[in-house]
Amino acid sequence: MSLVEFENVTKEFDGEKVLDGLSFKVEKGEIFCIVGQSGAGKSVTLKHLVRLFVPTSGRVLVDGVDVARASERELWRTRGRIGYLFQSAALLAWMTVADNVALPLRENTALDDAEIEKRTASALAEVELSHAAGKYPPEISGGMQKRAGLARAIVRESDIVLYDEPTSGLDPVTSVTIHRLIRKLNRTRGITSIVVTHDLAGAIAIADRILLIKDGKAAVCLPPAQFLESENPAAKEIVAAMKGDIG
Amino acid sequence: MTVTREPYGGRFAFFAETGFAARLAFAAVLSFPSVFRRRSRGELVRQLYAVCIRTLPVVTVVSLFTGMILALQVGLELRRFNYEIYLGAAVMVSLVREMGPFSCGMCLAACVGSAVAAELAAMKVNDEIAALEIMSISPVRFLAAPRMLALVIASPLLGFFCCVVGTMGGGIVSATQLNVDFGQYIASALSAADTKDLFVGLLKSLVFGFTIGAVAVYEGFGAGYGAAGVGRSTQRSVITGFLLILMFGYMITRVAYR
Ligand SMILES: Nc1ncnc2c1ncn2[C@@H]1O[C@H](COP(=O)(O)OP(=O)(O)OP(=O)(O)O)[C@@H](O)[C@H]1O
Ligand SMILES: [Mg+2]
Repeated sequence: MSLVEFENVTKEFDGEKVLDGLSFKVEKGEIFCIVGQSGAGKSVTLKHLVRLFVPTSGRVLVDGVDVARASERELWRTRGRIGYLFQSAALLAWMTVADNVALPLRENTALDDAEIEKRTASALAEVELSHAAGKYPPEISGGMQKRAGLARAIVRESDIVLYDEPTSGLDPVTSVTIHRLIRKLNRTRGITSIVVTHDLAGAIAIADRILLIKDGKAAVCLPPAQFLESENPAAKEIVAAMKGDIG
Repeated sequence: MTVTREPYGGRFAFFAETGFAARLAFAAVLSFPSVFRRRSRGELVRQLYAVCIRTLPVVTVVSLFTGMILALQVGLELRRFNYEIYLGAAVMVSLVREMGPFSCGMCLAACVGSAVAAELAAMKVNDEIAALEIMSISPVRFLAAPRMLALVIASPLLGFFCCVVGTMGGGIVSATQLNVDFGQYIASALSAADTKDLFVGLLKSLVFGFTIGAVAVYEGFGAGYGAAGVGRSTQRSVITGFLLILMFGYMITRVAYR
């Protein structure tokens, strides 16, 4: 059984279809990238995995649990396994970056303060943000907030991490660092990663498979090499765009 | 309980929403003890500071003028019958029973309720509430409980403060405009001071504080998307707060003074 399954998911907002029969599966231990144009419904797709949205029809399964119909207890347990980097980073403005990252450990584990501090520091070091530990989120740049959110998403021992545009707003060099980090977490801790991104080149570098969402459906879902060769018009379009082909 | 949800639809949406608000308030009350835990105490102090200190200037001015207006209106009527000596009692009773808790509640709804609703709504729109839930941190315990508890603690204190300041304001007016000696005014006020009135007044303040907190938290968590969502939540929290203060104020009066 796959770890994550979308079965024919349709999502409407006020009668407007954003997802229209979306189906895909993510295997355990995989890096799964989701690409698509702005407004295609990539963030909405991720949010279904943790019941921030409920499908209008269809099912979303996480390790066999039907998320939309799960009991509160099952839902909390499923969410507890998942680390989530939000597109907006979603840091708490009144806490320092370090406190934000330490928050899931402080609130949910019995670790002592020294251990929490150690893990926080190492998560911040992974995203190259040690120097900003004492700053407040509104004082740092968007890219730094993104990385702080990423540190918070990985500080807990989750086995699934959802990244919503981890590299948007970052310079190319830092982007590569983040891509390396995602791959490292995947290789060393076996974290299943679902990465939503605009950056097809980045996706090709790290993904085991790439899903392209078009018109609320899965247009293609292929490993990077085959994705580049795909004859699907939507895939051809985005590949051409990546190559800087403006016709 | 989970607070990230989509709005209820259908014909019975109003009742479903009201039920959700009630469950939210109840869940917050159940989390009140956790606010005193070592790691959460700082947040309570921060919220108490926000509620008490920041609203103090407004509350002072509002209650001072409430007392002055009361004294002037009542005093002018009493003077027609030469009963000015009872002015202190009249002002005191109306302040303690009604106007103190009421004007304090209005101030809190406008200053604190709106701020709490706006803060939580902005967090909702920015996915911060969702992020908390996914980190298995209950927004009810982490955000709602300290804010509501701060209001519940501060509201009776501020309500009492309103009564004191209002009575003083009335005294100033009676001495300067109505030729009632300040000492005589105070003596009359104290003679009318009644424990039952005080308790009912404090109870009202407590209920108002709780109501304002519950409404603000409900509106904040339920905010719709975008900056417009934040504005709408803030506005609705103030309007609903005002209406509920009036209604609950009437009901408590009705039950307490039959
Ligand atoms: N809470 C909501 N209520 C109503 N409509 C929504 C809501 N959230 C998203 N949408 C709509 O769903 C569509 C897809 O949004 P989504 O945020 O998933 O796009 P996206 O693919 O992540 O785009 P981007 O790359 O710009 O982040 C948009 O048209 C948006 O208006
Ligand atoms: Mg998005």
